[in-house]
Amino acid sequence: MKQRLVVIGAGMASGRMLETIFEAGGDFDVTLFNAEARGNYNRLMLSPVLSGEKTYAQIVTHDAEWYEAHGVDCRFGEVVVKIDRANRIVYSNAGGVPYDALVIATGSSPFIIPVPGKDLPGVCTYRDLEDTNAMIAASKPGARAVVIGGGLLGLEAAAGMAARGAEVVVIHLMGHLMERQLDPAAGYLLQKDLESRGIRVHCKGATKAILGSARVEAVLLEDGTVYPADLVCMAVGIRPEVRLANDAHLEVARGITVDDQMRTSDPAIFALGECVEHEKQLFGLVAPLYDQAKVLAATLLGQDAAFKPVQTATKLKVTGVDLFSAGDFADAPGREDIVFRDPGRGVYKRLILEGDQLIGAVMYGDTADAAWFFDLIKQGKSVTDLRDTLIFGPAFQGGAQTDPLAAVAALPPEAEICGCNGVCKGKIVTAIQGGANTLDMVRMATKASASCGTCTGLVEQVMALTLGDSFSANANPPMCKCTDHTHEDVRRLIKSIGLKSIPAVMQELGWKTVGGCASCRPALNYYLIADWPLEYTDDRQSRFVNERNHGNIQKDGTYSVVPRMWGGVTTPAELRAIADAADRYAVPMVKVTGGQRIDLLGVKKADLPAIWSDLNAAGMVSGHAYAKGLRTVKTCVGTDFCRFGTQDSTGLGIKLEKLLWGSWTPAKVKLGVSGCPRNCAEATCKDIGVVCVDSGYEISVAGAAGMDVRETEFLCKVTTEAEVMEVIAAFTQLYRENARYLHRIYKWVARVGLDWCRAQVEDPANRRALYDRFMLSQSIYQTDPWAELAATPADWAPIADLTLRAAE
Amino acid sequence: MTAFLDIAALDDIPRQGARVVKTMIGCIAVFRTAEDQLFALEDRCPHKGGPLSEGIVHGTSVTCPLHAWVFDMNTGQAQGADEGAVQTYPVRLEAGRVLLDVTRLARRSAA
Repeated sequence: MKQRLVVIGAGMASGRMLETIFEAGGDFDVTLFNAEARGNYNRLMLSPVLSGEKTYAQIVTHDAEWYEAHGVDCRFGEVVVKIDRANRIVYSNAGGVPYDALVIATGSSPFIIPVPGKDLPGVCTYRDLEDTNAMIAASKPGARAVVIGGGLLGLEAAAGMAARGAEVVVIHLMGHLMERQLDPAAGYLLQKDLESRGIRVHCKGATKAILGSARVEAVLLEDGTVYPADLVCMAVGIRPEVRLANDAHLEVARGITVDDQMRTSDPAIFALGECVEHEKQLFGLVAPLYDQAKVLAATLLGQDAAFKPVQTATKLKVTGVDLFSAGDFADAPGREDIVFRDPGRGVYKRLILEGDQLIGAVMYGDTADAAWFFDLIKQGKSVTDLRDTLIFGPAFQGGAQTDPLAAVAALPPEAEICGCNGVCKGKIVTAIQGGANTLDMVRMATKASASCGTCTGLVEQVMALTLGDSFSANANPPMCKCTDHTHEDVRRLIKSIGLKSIPAVMQELGWKTVGGCASCRPALNYYLIADWPLEYTDDRQSRFVNERNHGNIQKDGTYSVVPRMWGGVTTPAELRAIADAADRYAVPMVKVTGGQRIDLLGVKKADLPAIWSDLNAAGMVSGHAYAKGLRTVKTCVGTDFCRFGTQDSTGLGIKLEKLLWGSWTPAKVKLGVSGCPRNCAEATCKDIGVVCVDSGYEISVAGAAGMDVRETEFLCKVTTEAEVMEVIAAFTQLYRENARYLHRIYKWVARVGLDWCRAQVEDPANRRALYDRFMLSQSIYQTDPWAELAATPADWAPIADLTLRAAE
Repeated sequence: MTAFLDIAALDDIPRQGARVVKTMIGCIAVFRTAEDQLFALEDRCPHKGGPLSEGIVHGTSVTCPLHAWVFDMNTGQAQGADEGAVQTYPVRLEAGRVLLDVTRLARRSAA
């Protein structure tokens, strides 16, 4: 008698299993249940159906004829309600079917995030043809769709609806898209690609509620953002569909537990596909599911076979987006990266090596070699011999080592060197032979490497070849070991390319490390704050400890707290509050600083929020004594009390401090305002100094009294306080926009020249524009960080205290 | 033997940052990288005792805030020309929770 095989679920895995059985000549009476009212289709191809590139008919894998030819009793649309293990009968609402062997292939169900409004009409998931059709119906041009979930499925749903003309927003909980498959750099490229297709991406977005009365109208996020929506697709993940197995008391962990033969805890019942758990692992990608199908077919045919999960690879099926990831690409002990970036083409490749083996790969923009890398991962062979040229793919293996200069030397004169400005090698050589013997002169003469700058290395190689030994490369060293660009180049490129995030800078400018270093990250964070005050969000984690914690760290890990004391003027009430705080928090030292204020030294980190709150309550704000920013404006007593004073230097100092405080600058900025040429405020050794005279105000800049000591140089003389304020704000902005990070004003002025600075601030229109840009930045950044941070004191305490537990 | 103790939610630690756990044998810094890898290191630079938890996290390295020694968080070894190491402790992420191996943390109190 024929064996009776009952299969629950007509998905891709069970379809492949049946195929394998029939091809091997297996003789079974097969009954196939499927909750969906149709047979097996290629679920992976729903995305092309959604985008309109394929039709449903094209993705059907087994049609009615196929089932009939193999004598399969199809029960499509019939939901299985119970498994009677004792009598080996499967029940649907239509009745029972006895089995000798039963295969559970119920797949998975989408995870629905439990937010208000999740059941409103217009909210769908992305699992089957019904969902796909719902999205197609809703994707009329101009319709608004919100996709929750920036993983593989969510992005395919978003791209498909966008291709049909809908306005799509993707909300993703994590910091970058597809974080399980991609690292942040590739996630950034993907986001950029999607945004260029008009898909809006909102990362770090947590959904709070889906709004609407009769049907969905909008999505509300925890941060208060509201996106109007005619359709909401939830694609946040899947979970194995194990309800039947649970009811039948089969062993179930996260999925239905199976052994290497795909057998469940009941020897007559097997399971495969997304519903199973094998050695604590779940499966969602198709390759291992097909392997399971083959193993189970063999098991049912009485052959020996064992399922052994292999490496899997991911590709996003969005037309025009080339991305691939395979293996394990997380950072871990003993792993090394090889990174290749070609910002001009939007190409990013990262290989992850462990020991002498390739264990993972992430590729974006050019996945032509993906199969070769995937093969290397699966084989687990030593790649030591290939390592030098591994990242260039199979075409590059086996050849002799190439000298980079030789490659440039071999280029014909018409070969393009600078893609931005279309400059060929011949033109550069001609310019060099005509006397351009520095990079800047070549840039002036040809514009080569004058735009994005990524061909600078090539241009220098052409110069080295043409000039021979007389050429020495740029004396200005690169910013840090993470990049070949100088600070100046990076600043220029941030502005000219419009780079607005640290990952964007690192990608577009070809950073050589993952995540930069402690030297470049604070610099980039500053440059982005200064250049894009409205668009960029300050990255606290890229700041040095002093700026991150708004206090100067001391050698024992405690901090100093310095409240602002405008122009060095205080009151009895403020002094009492400072004294009270010093008592309350047992401050070991109270000291008067050189900048006319009071320093509370030795405050414990966990006490910072409380001491800030107390000082805030007395009307004081952070003095930014720790900041690459405006520190103090030192004043003398001016006309109020001094018999020599010519102007109100104290009042002007206070006004200047109130204008400038809170601004971030490349290095610290200290001002002094003296009421007469006796200069009691020592204004002429400050970054910016004002000396009052009878006829007005003399402004001088670029002084120093630190490692270097130098007197300020005269900038200009003005007649009103209003002019003083405008000139100083404009000059500060000029410094903010142009200087290299950590260069104080005197170092920067030495590089650019005082004459240039003066010309910039003397021109009234230019001065006004600088002033306006400064004030725009102040509208964002002139806030008291103490008040903001004191609100969450828990963040400043240890996250856990195990001392009590250990003492038990 | 290991004994993993649930000490916090992953989101209590900022990306590219750290939080401190107080123990009988001193503070331990629990780091979270940009890619959500976790590392637990003794929070005391062997150079001058700086709190590594306040350093800048880049890749799987951290730079001490006091004098910029760089440590590989995988091994606890100082990088480059500096010589020294900090103790590392097993830590793992499970269902959004941070689990720290406390076996070695109780040792001193037992002695």
